[in-house]
Amino acid sequence: MTALAVKQSAPVFAALGDPTRLRLVARLAQGEPLSISQLTEGERVTRQAITKHLEVLADAGLVTDRKRGRERLYELEAAPLDDARRYLDQVSAQWDKAIARLRALVER
Amino acid sequence: MSSTNTIEKHADLRAPIARVWRALSDSREFGSWFGVALETPFTPGKTCAGHITVKGYEHVRAEFHVDRVDPRTHTLVFRWRPYAIDPDYDYSKEPYTTVTLALSEIPTGTRLAITETGFDGIPAARRAKAFEMNGSGWEQQTVQIADYLAKQA
Repeated sequence: MTALAVKQSAPVFAALGDPTRLRLVARLAQGEPLSISQLTEGERVTRQAITKHLEVLADAGLVTDRKRGRERLYELEAAPLDDARRYLDQVSAQWDKAIARLRALVER
Repeated sequence: MSSTNTIEKHADLRAPIARVWRALSDSREFGSWFGVALETPFTPGKTCAGHITVKGYEHVRAEFHVDRVDPRTHTLVFRWRPYAIDPDYDYSKEPYTTVTLALSEIPTGTRLAITETGFDGIPAARRAKAFEMNGSGWEQQTVQIADYLAKQA
């Protein structure tokens, strides 16, 4: 990963930098969408706190939620954000190559 | 502005600013390092076009809509469509990104600052398509982190 990609990934890693959120990601990583009630089970924090944590993960693009009946289901959803980042990564890599060619041209 | 909208880069070059400015503002010199055989000079308000010379992308004819070529501030600004490389895809309705290349003098020579902005306007499907040609690590890494965490849980 380029330095730029690392920098741009910072919000994702910041979102993961909390034990509760890591556990939430780990549970959602099993693949099944889960409700807030299900995600609160076994946690020592309140449903409100879990909701807050899920919002942080959603802001970082790591989870998405959708309504099913009266419930809200959360899912691990890394791909769209990754696509945006990887695209930028690729354009960025092209710039690096172009800069190297420019350097060779002007520094000789 | 989101973190996925803009690319910023800079490079310190051991060359006088006048030399680097020529490499930016002269479209033939620009083309030689950018990787495009431009057919006309850069003129503000005009479009400058040519075929990409980077291996594997020679079929692409790139258009540069030149907004600014300012020798006083050593700034070149153009709009274009990055990665418009699929011959079967019509890019004409897509928004441009805006590229600003600006030079400043530093004790060791010249600093080049590059800003390319407007990526959020590019359709997600097209971004995804660009990756198919160069599948790389980040998604894979995220999956691995998720797998790892699942095993720890």
